[in-house]
Amino acid sequence: MRRFLYELSESWKIAAAQMAANKTRSMLTALGVIIGIVAVTLMGTAINGISIGFDKSMSFIGDDVLYVTTRPWTRVDDWWNYRDRPKILTEYADKINRSIAATPNSNLLIAVPTMSLVRSVKAGDNTVDNVFILGTTADYALISTIECDQGRYFSGLESQDGAEVCVVGFDVADALFAGNGALDKKILINGHRFKIIGSLAKQGTFLGLFSLDSIVIIPLPAFKKYFSAKSDADVRVKVRDKTHMADARDELTGIMRRLRGLPPEKRDNFNINEQQALKSTLDGVKATIAIAGLFITGLSLFVGAIGIMNITFVSVKERTKEIGTRKALGARRRTILLQFLIESTALCLLGGLIGLSFAYFMCFGMAHAFPSFPISFSFGLVIAAMIVSVLTGLASGIAPAWSASRLDPATALRYE
Amino acid sequence: MTPNDTMRARGPLVIDIENITKQYVMGEEVIHALRGVTLQIRRNEYLAVMGPSGSGKSTLMNMLGCLDTPSSGRYEFNGKNVSEMDGDELADIRNREIGFVFQTFNLLPRSTSLRNVELPLIYAGIGPVEREERAAQALTDVGLGDRLSHKPNELSGGQRQRVAVARALVNNPSIILADEPTGNLDSKTGEEIMALFESLYQQGNTVILVTHEADIAAHARRSVHLRDGVIESDALHVEVREAVPVH
Repeated sequence: MRRFLYELSESWKIAAAQMAANKTRSMLTALGVIIGIVAVTLMGTAINGISIGFDKSMSFIGDDVLYVTTRPWTRVDDWWNYRDRPKILTEYADKINRSIAATPNSNLLIAVPTMSLVRSVKAGDNTVDNVFILGTTADYALISTIECDQGRYFSGLESQDGAEVCVVGFDVADALFAGNGALDKKILINGHRFKIIGSLAKQGTFLGLFSLDSIVIIPLPAFKKYFSAKSDADVRVKVRDKTHMADARDELTGIMRRLRGLPPEKRDNFNINEQQALKSTLDGVKATIAIAGLFITGLSLFVGAIGIMNITFVSVKERTKEIGTRKALGARRRTILLQFLIESTALCLLGGLIGLSFAYFMCFGMAHAFPSFPISFSFGLVIAAMIVSVLTGLASGIAPAWSASRLDPATALRYE
Repeated sequence: MTPNDTMRARGPLVIDIENITKQYVMGEEVIHALRGVTLQIRRNEYLAVMGPSGSGKSTLMNMLGCLDTPSSGRYEFNGKNVSEMDGDELADIRNREIGFVFQTFNLLPRSTSLRNVELPLIYAGIGPVEREERAAQALTDVGLGDRLSHKPNELSGGQRQRVAVARALVNNPSIILADEPTGNLDSKTGEEIMALFESLYQQGNTVILVTHEADIAAHARRSVHLRDGVIESDALHVEVREAVPVH
């Protein structure tokens, strides 16, 4: 055991001396690993970031809200079965709420109707296109994650009366009034005037696809009056306890079937969606991105490993006589094996450390350049990168180290 | 009286070789490097193995140095049967029992004298403090006490070979096996190295020289001539013992 430790420390010294003696060669070889580790680490960071972004986006949907819609969120193959479904009406929300009130120990808390469409919004000479116009009730504040930065959300009275007031998202306020305070200003939606009573805190983007801040929320009666009374509505229902999601779902399905007057033999002609269903679909996408990304960047690390393997073979060839001498002096096979394994591992570890610090600074720079992209450089990633470096070193060193350890001492001594 | 009769009176057997052969396969040809060699070497002998190239001299040296095993025959080193040992057991025998001195010195170029001499002790599993002490002592013994931290390229040829001798001695081996130790040295330095071997012999070491030069072999007390894989002659040089001054 002591002997093994001495051999180990001797091997590290040899490896360090070898790298110091062949600086250019070592750096060039390590470069392959550096690039590989940078690629893999950045990909890992990106995947982490995407994952965090997904989860953040998902929280916008809310993990305790059921969405009653005409069609399912996820893709279906038999779309024709969904084509002729009746619309979801905003009145369902009131009926659901009455049912909740009538049911003791209901799993549901409150239902809120929403209608939406996309329009341009104007104020003075400024226009913002593709703004999500959401018509809903005062109860919306209870079920969503929105928060007013300035001003307030509209009251139940304003909501019932269909007052021409609105709450604007961060992007809308910023684009129209550029930080001069949007409160009490008037905006035109499709030529109809609304007064801003509140502006929302910044929420970011949904999966990086569209901004959650490009939104204007108005009372539902006003929405129906000025835009479309006939367009499709959704009903969002908050559940009492998200650990009983399935029960809540069953209860809501029952209420909806009663509202629709569906006999038992008929299938549902509506859908109840929840975050989880969307999440599992997206998790699949996430996993595919992760596997494909890591595989492709892993290839660059593999190329780096081949470089290390090559240089270790060269090193064994060059030092055949030294190996012979060491064997003559009593080095066992494992001693020689260890020596070259540690040499390739040290090279990979060096490359890994340099690559990691590069990746760190690149992440740092990227986080500054694109603040909206969620980048996460975690300690776990550092450990993972180090482990990958060591494994790469061992994998690329094993073949040359093995061949060195099997050299016949008499032949090796005679090698010129 | 045969040489072996004389030797038997002097010390225990270190090397006992009986009828060993060695064949190499080179492509389709089988080379018989040794065709039956029997040799006994006792403690504190000074022996030269001689022979022209192709005589099997190098092969015999590899056998004696436990760098290779015979194809047939028996080889006992200090009573242990070497002919059936595996690679790692042979490595341990080399480490403990044999001190090698090579024609080309075979020092590690980027290591100091001290580190070079420490190497066999590392493989013997000896701790760093004792290692350094013994290596420094061995270097002092060969007259390099003031060259401990010099690297090989900072030393002369003779000094390099002295480092190699110190490395060979540091594990207190049973035999010192020198392969053409003066082959890369000028004749004056060569004589100095031979004087070093002489004093090692005088101190009670067993020295085996492998050489093709008669005047180097003349320093030994006994010479074995090989030709075509067999021992052609094995003789004591009585006259040399008187000719070489004893220090």
